[in-house]
Amino acid sequence: MSDAIIELRDVKTHFPIYQGFLLKKPVGMVKAVDGVTLSIQRGEVLGLVGESGCGKSTLARTIMQLVPTTSGMVIIEGRNLTQGTAASLRQTRREMQMVFQDPYASLNPRLTVFATLAEPLIVHKICPADQITARVAMLMELVGLAPRFMQKYPHEFSGGQRQRIAIARALALEPKIIIADEPVSALDVSIQAQILNLLADLRRQMNLSLIFIAHDLSVVKHISDRIAVMYLGKIVELGPAADVIDRPRHPYTQALVSAIPTPNPDVERNRQRIVLAGDPPSPIHPPVGCPFHPRCPHMQEKCKAAVPPLVRIEDGREVACVRIGEI
Amino acid sequence: MPLLTVKDLRTYFHTRNGIYRAVDGVSFHVDRGETLGMVGESGSGKSVTCYSLMGLVPQPPGRIESGTALFDGVDLLHSSPAQSRAIRGKRVAMIFQDPMTSLNPYLRIADQLIEPLLIHEKISKKKALQLGGEALEAVGINDVARRLQQYPHEFSGGMRQRVMIAMALITKPELLIADEPTTALDVTVQAQILELIKEMQRELGMAVIFVTHDLGVISGLCDRVQVMYAGKVVETADTRALFYQPKHPYTRALQRSIPSMQPKGAELYTIPGLPPDLSKPLPGCPFAPRCGFATDRCHVEEARLAEWRPGHDQACLRVQAGEI
Repeated sequence: MSDAIIELRDVKTHFPIYQGFLLKKPVGMVKAVDGVTLSIQRGEVLGLVGESGCGKSTLARTIMQLVPTTSGMVIIEGRNLTQGTAASLRQTRREMQMVFQDPYASLNPRLTVFATLAEPLIVHKICPADQITARVAMLMELVGLAPRFMQKYPHEFSGGQRQRIAIARALALEPKIIIADEPVSALDVSIQAQILNLLADLRRQMNLSLIFIAHDLSVVKHISDRIAVMYLGKIVELGPAADVIDRPRHPYTQALVSAIPTPNPDVERNRQRIVLAGDPPSPIHPPVGCPFHPRCPHMQEKCKAAVPPLVRIEDGREVACVRIGEI
Repeated sequence: MPLLTVKDLRTYFHTRNGIYRAVDGVSFHVDRGETLGMVGESGSGKSVTCYSLMGLVPQPPGRIESGTALFDGVDLLHSSPAQSRAIRGKRVAMIFQDPMTSLNPYLRIADQLIEPLLIHEKISKKKALQLGGEALEAVGINDVARRLQQYPHEFSGGMRQRVMIAMALITKPELLIADEPTTALDVTVQAQILELIKEMQRELGMAVIFVTHDLGVISGLCDRVQVMYAGKVVETADTRALFYQPKHPYTRALQRSIPSMQPKGAELYTIPGLPPDLSKPLPGCPFAPRCGFATDRCHVEEARLAEWRPGHDQACLRVQAGEI
């Protein structure tokens, strides 16, 4: 591999479901992430999209090793995290940080901004005690917050400002990788634009690799180099961001793209929309064969036979559909 | 004559930290069969406007300070409890943002679905159940007999929103108020629900007030749009005019900050600053502190909605003066 910073090899994260009160018996598995192979280059922004329940957040948590991996390998900078010790994991975690969706829930309401940002510096012994204040001030300036707000509590900030604090906290350890799980979904459009610009700037300045998870495809297209589309725990399409959105090849991506309402009345009124019937199937009992076949407009008998593998169709473009040559 | 005419609606919340002017002098009208979109950021007063019309503002701390809302000759804001009961849930219905919390988890779908019928129509329970089943079928739910006997937790988010819609439409209302009905749903499910609302509207000929913060949803669904900011309407026009010839600086800024309307990777336009604190009195135009076009006059003089072209009103003083 050229310069991959993250490599995932056939990663599976399954959660057992128990039934019964005293004698708990496992009765099934939620296959939240089911065989994902993916590599992310240094300095690259990978967008991860899909409907709720498709496993995109679980994949993020699997990369962070916040949930135990069932099988497969998560390799960060050449180290396989699924087999490492707790100490080596702690070391690697310095290099990857997460920004969560809800800035109202992801900050401790009883810690000041200073305490929130100083904590990682102290835990990982980043700098001597007398330099912590200066360092926190620097972090705040980096994300566009005035250092004079250092002693304020999260409730004194707006949603957008809180998300800035969460980003500053993620940057405190100078990570190489940031995983942002729906970082702008809870924000208004005008604030969303500010946070997107900030993330793009920081990524350029610090050569960060960014995994950007969102369900808003226009946001993902804007910020990402490549996009991976997930459905029921599997990647169904992967490719350069503009290609995936403008020329989607997998029927699911096509439906997803066509479902986004565009802010342009003439276009919006005249286009043919692919409306998918029904909800995504449950990951406890995924359909046999292609996971998308029950909702797919191009379904044929052969789609029910086996799970289609992710196949390279052109440079940098992979699609998991057996009928890709025909549709 | 419009179906609903709202004049100078002011809904304030009297809190310990001051008077919060959530809706501050809003006037609009909705014609029969028309879809009016209401857009704005959180805190712009769009939901409180709807809640005021439905009489759902908690009082106290809320208080409707002034205004009238004439619905077919009856003032919704000053009607007797009996009068409003006869209208609410029958001629005017509402669906809410969060289908997870707006159904009663203790009641079977059948019981909550037919409640409006039992209250508003002289009808037997058996007949009501039959109509309830038909209503569920109309919103695209299969296996109705079994579904009616289930509880809300057995439904997915999109399905619950369908139940909410069936419940709202079961009395064939003349006006449906939809308060961000698709915000909590996935895009694919959102597309289904929007299609459904359009279809039901065609069938029943009802008017819809559609509240959202997503300009994309508005563009395909609504006949007219009004943009709200800080408890006021800043611009109202038919949908094409609003998208292709926005006049108010806030509407323009809002459009420019949407990623899909910009070239990929370009720096997104951002509106500097934050929406104003509504508990402080706002002299002048509420958008002036964040507006790139603001002059001294904008900070002191009240900006009122005025006609720019027939059917297109906007509240920017500088546009009204012909300066921008």
